[in-house]
Parts: sequence; structure tokens; C-alpha cells
Amino acid sequence: MDTPARLRPMLRAAAIMLATAVAGPALTSPAFAADPIKIGSVVSATGPSAFLGDPEAKTLKLYVDELNKKGGLLGRPVELVLYDDGGDANKARTFATRLVEDDKVVAMVGGTSTGATMAMIPVFEEAGIPFVSLAGGIEIIEPVRAFVFKTPHTDKTACQKIFEDMKARGITKIGMISGTDGFGKSMRNQCLKVIGQYGITVVADENYGATDSDMTPQLNKIKNTAGVEAVLNPGFGQGPAIVTRNYAQLGIKLPLYQSHGVASKSFIELAGPAAEGVRLPAPAILIGDKLAANDPQKPVVAEYKTSYEKATGQPVSTFGGYGYDGIQLVARAIESAKSADPKKIRDALEATKGYVGVTGIYTFAPADHLGLGTDSFRMLVIRNGDWAIEAPAR
Amino acid sequence: MSEFLQLAFSGLTVGAIYALIALGFTLIYNASDVINFAQGDFVMIGGMGTVFLMAAGLALPVAALIAVVAAVLVGLLLHRLAIEPARGASPVTLIMITIGASIFIKGVSQIIFDKQFHSLPAFSGDTPIPVGGATILPQSLWVMGTALALVVALYLFLEHTLVGKAVLATAANRLAAKLVGINVALVLALAFGLSAAMGALAGVVATPITLTRYDIGTLFTLKGFAAAMLGGMGNPVGAVVGGLLIGLIETFTAGYLSSTYKDAVAFLMILVVLLFMPRGLFGSRTVERV
Repeated sequence: MDTPARLRPMLRAAAIMLATAVAGPALTSPAFAADPIKIGSVVSATGPSAFLGDPEAKTLKLYVDELNKKGGLLGRPVELVLYDDGGDANKARTFATRLVEDDKVVAMVGGTSTGATMAMIPVFEEAGIPFVSLAGGIEIIEPVRAFVFKTPHTDKTACQKIFEDMKARGITKIGMISGTDGFGKSMRNQCLKVIGQYGITVVADENYGATDSDMTPQLNKIKNTAGVEAVLNPGFGQGPAIVTRNYAQLGIKLPLYQSHGVASKSFIELAGPAAEGVRLPAPAILIGDKLAANDPQKPVVAEYKTSYEKATGQPVSTFGGYGYDGIQLVARAIESAKSADPKKIRDALEATKGYVGVTGIYTFAPADHLGLGTDSFRMLVIRNGDWAIEAPAR
Repeated sequence: MSEFLQLAFSGLTVGAIYALIALGFTLIYNASDVINFAQGDFVMIGGMGTVFLMAAGLALPVAALIAVVAAVLVGLLLHRLAIEPARGASPVTLIMITIGASIFIKGVSQIIFDKQFHSLPAFSGDTPIPVGGATILPQSLWVMGTALALVVALYLFLEHTLVGKAVLATAANRLAAKLVGINVALVLALAFGLSAAMGALAGVVATPITLTRYDIGTLFTLKGFAAAMLGGMGNPVGAVVGGLLIGLIETFTAGYLSSTYKDAVAFLMILVVLLFMPRGLFGSRTVERV
């Protein structure tokens, strides 16, 4: 188009006016009789944490659609306002402000990483809007903040589960070999904090760099330490797979405990035959089809798996499950509060008792905004290249 | 004693991998004064290529061969498209170009392969061989054997073939080499191709032990570079000794002192050596070019 340059701004203004005139009435005449209830979300759907954020975003969209198909909440449609922070905590904070000030959401489900969550917390705390985080770090809920909740287990829960199992087997002295990455460090610290309650002592405490390719020296040291009855490896990524292989190479016969950080099929593939007999805590979703028929989580896990896999064509993951529980908790809170007022939603969230989710069974309390106990983890053992539920040790 | 043996086996295995990468550095440095920071990425291409070709149904030797050839092609392209057009530039500029190339290779690999860790089955099984109370994996023998074979082959090539001597001549004095009729550009391309092949081979034999991912090259580049510096940049024997030394220092520190100081002690050793022998253990070429 050869419109003279000075005319262009005027044309643009006219176009915008026209568009508003057309779109305006459409926006204010909803399919439902009332205004939508707006739920906000900021996740890392792209960037380095995309393997976490992408299933979360898909799950949130899927279940908000599902809610609307069932008639919404309180007779009003639900609108999901979703932003992608690309793994950048600064961006997450900007989007959080936008959700509060421009979009005027009544609740928030999101925050893929602990970093992004911590950056967004002040915004929601100040505005008094409930924020259900999908990140793992324990600092999100310790100390308890009035408006902040979270759905994923913490590494503390995993430590407790592992130590419960060790205690039941009469193990009192263990060796630890931890990764020095964020995950390994944090879990090691949490484990050392709670280990005393189980009467277990760490007699060998080794560590390795996240990119190391050989852990035999450290394991050899543990092997030669007198009295070690089991070995625990808090770690994430390829480290635990190499530890497991080196463990087999050195012919160490003691039980090896891995963390929930490696609870995925790729760990079994990477560690190969050496993974046989390795024990680890994992959420129910990993073994949905192997759960007992009377397990309360079985139908929930099965429904989520079927819906997610049908809608996206991708295998279900633990991380999407966090998103599922987040949106369900908020929806239930809105229903039971019979109100879309953020303060009332918060009170109803805190009063949640026995919600059966994909990740576990949640019961919040004023002093507990995670609401998951060690029963949200299942103790698994790797047998014949697959997960098996370990019979409760007695 | 068994503990000492165990640590020694472990250190020699890791060290042999470092040594192979250091050799790749040496070859390119000798021919062009460039320190090729994409060296570790050749290792990654070798490993990842083999993993994906095997997943496509090829047998290990065929997959490995194709992966090595692919790495050589990448090496030649790196020379032709990135180094050759900037041939008048200073070595520092060229080094920066290789860093850029390394980032580029990682980016493309993320798309061609994926972002997950992968492994290869061990060539001769996973059953550890007991030796004097310690154990060694058959794959470790493969790694050490490959390193030894490549060192010998490289030595024979450089010292006993006309082409090898042309490489050495180019390293000694590029202008003089040109004057006596050596095709310097061809020698450079050859050096890139050869060191890519060595890196990729190291990747193939090391992957069953170290696992591989698109970004694993950075780690190998750093360790291999440290090994080459310790041994004396440009000296093949130094590269091998440097690699083995760093591997052994790492494992003995982790085994006898504390795993926390493992990397610190290794790098401290390098600093100390370079302080007293600035050209590394075997760096003998002290004549400055003018």
C-alpha cells in the first residue's frame, strides 16, 4: 500500500477504534450469565526448565477447559491467564505484577522453579491473593506465609520416607554420596536435619560434582568405611546413574537408596543392569497401573493420565501432576468458599482436608502449607528394568 | 593396596579420556597456533552420533564409523567456514571463533539429537575384572587401549610420514613451509579433520562410562585443555602425561583426602607446575617467533 506516511498514524488509530467497537460487545456478552473468575499462572513453558513448565501449562489449560465444560465455578466461567516466563525469575515477577494489577486474578497457580516462585511471592503476599506454587524448594513454605501454598513434595519429605524405610529394616549407620548441584546440596542438608529423629548416623559423607564421570574413589571410601549398612545418593541428572554403575562395578552389596530426583524411566535406561535392586521414593503417578485396586489415588492418577495423554499425545509426568493438583485445590477452595474473593479462597485452601490428588493426599493446616506427609511417596525398588512396589518393611 | 589399585585404575581411565582430548588440542595447536575450544564437542558428536545411529538399528562398529566420519566432516567444515576465512587473524581471534563454533555445535545438536542424557552398552560386557583386590571394567581397558593406539599412531604419522612432517614443518614456521612447497591450507584442514576423528573416537569409547549429552563437550574441553597445558601445549607426549596426571590427581584426592577438594587440588597442581615451568612439563620450544 502506498498510503502517504503522514496518514498512517491516523489510519492506525481508526483501525484500533473499529476493532474495539467490534470486539467490545463480544467481550462483555459472555456465554455464561456472569463475569469469568480469573485464575492466573506464570510457568516456564520455554527455556531450560521447559521440561517442567511445559506439562504444567498444558495441564492447567486442559483442566480449566474441563471446568468450563462442567459449567464453571459458582455458575461463572473460569478464565486462565497464563504467562510464560521462559525460565527467567525477573520476567516472572513482572508477569506476577501484571496478573495482580491488570488482570485482577483471584488466585494464582504457577511458579515452575523455586527461584521464580520466590521472586513472585512478595507480589501476591502484598496483594493478598492466594498463590499455589508448583516448585520444590522448602523455603517456599518455611516459614509459612499467609497466602503461599505449594503442591510438590519437598526433599525433606523424601529424606523422611527413605529414613523410615531404613529404620524399619534396622539400618542405623549409612554412607552418603551427594551431588554438589542445587538439588543434591539442598537434599543433603534436609536429610542431615531430620536424620537424628530416626536414630541413624552418617558415618561416611562424600560428594561429587554434577558433571563428574567417575565416582569410584568416593564409593571406594564408603566401601572401606567400617559399619556402613546402606548408602544414600541425593542427586539429580546423570550423576546418580554413574554412581549406580560404579556401585555395581565395585561389587558393593549394601542397599543403595536413590532420591525422587531420578524417579523416571531414563534413570533405569542410563544405569542399565546396575540399577537392579536400587530403592527410591517416588510419587504414585510413576506406577499408576501398579497401584493396589483399593488405593485412593488410583482412580485420580488413572483419570489424569488418560486425559493428559489423550489431549497432548505425550506421556504423563510428575510435573504436570503438580499443576493438576494446584488447579484442583484452587477450584475446590472456590467451591467451598462459595465466593471468588481472594481472602475467602485462601481461608478455604487452608481448610482443605483429605483432597486426593495425583501427587498425594493433601491436608493443609495454618502451620502446614504443603499438606503432604511421607505417605505421598511410595517406596519403589527396581526389578527387571521396571519399578516394583516394595512390600512395606517390617 | 587394593584401594590404591582401585583408585589408580579409576584415575587412569578418566586420565586416558582427558589425554585423547589433549592430543586433539595438540594437533591443531601445532599446525595453526589455534587452541580449538570446540575439541570437546567432537567427543560429544562421536558419542551422541553413535547412540542415535545405534537406536536407528545400526551395529556398533558401523554406527561408530559413521559418527566419526560425521565428526571429521564437522571438523573440516569448522576449518573451511570459520577458520580459513579469518586466516590472517591473530590466534586469539581464531580461538574466539572456535568458542563461537562450540556454542553453535551445541545449539544444533540440541535440535538434531535431544536434550537428554544417553548411554551406550559397554563393548565387552559390564562384568568387572578383579585385579589384586580391585576391580576394573572391560570398558576401561577399551578406553586405555584406544588412547595408547592413537598416541602411537599419531607419533608414527608425525615422525615417519611425509605428510606428518609437513604438519610439523608448518608448525615450526609457516612461511618457510610455504616456501618449500607445502600446501599450508591443506595441512591445516588435515589437522582439524584428524583431531575431530580422535575426539570422536574418544567419545565412542568413553560414552559407556561417562554418558553423553549435547553439552558434555564443555567439560571435556576444559579438562583436556588443562591436561594439554600441564603437559606443555604442543607436545603429544606432554598431552598424554598431562591427561593421565590430572585423572590420577583427581581420583587420589577424592579417595585419600576429600571429594570436596578434588577439582581444587587438580587445578592447584596445574597452577604450581605452570608457576615453575611456564611451558608445562614437556614444553621445550622456548624460541619465540619473530
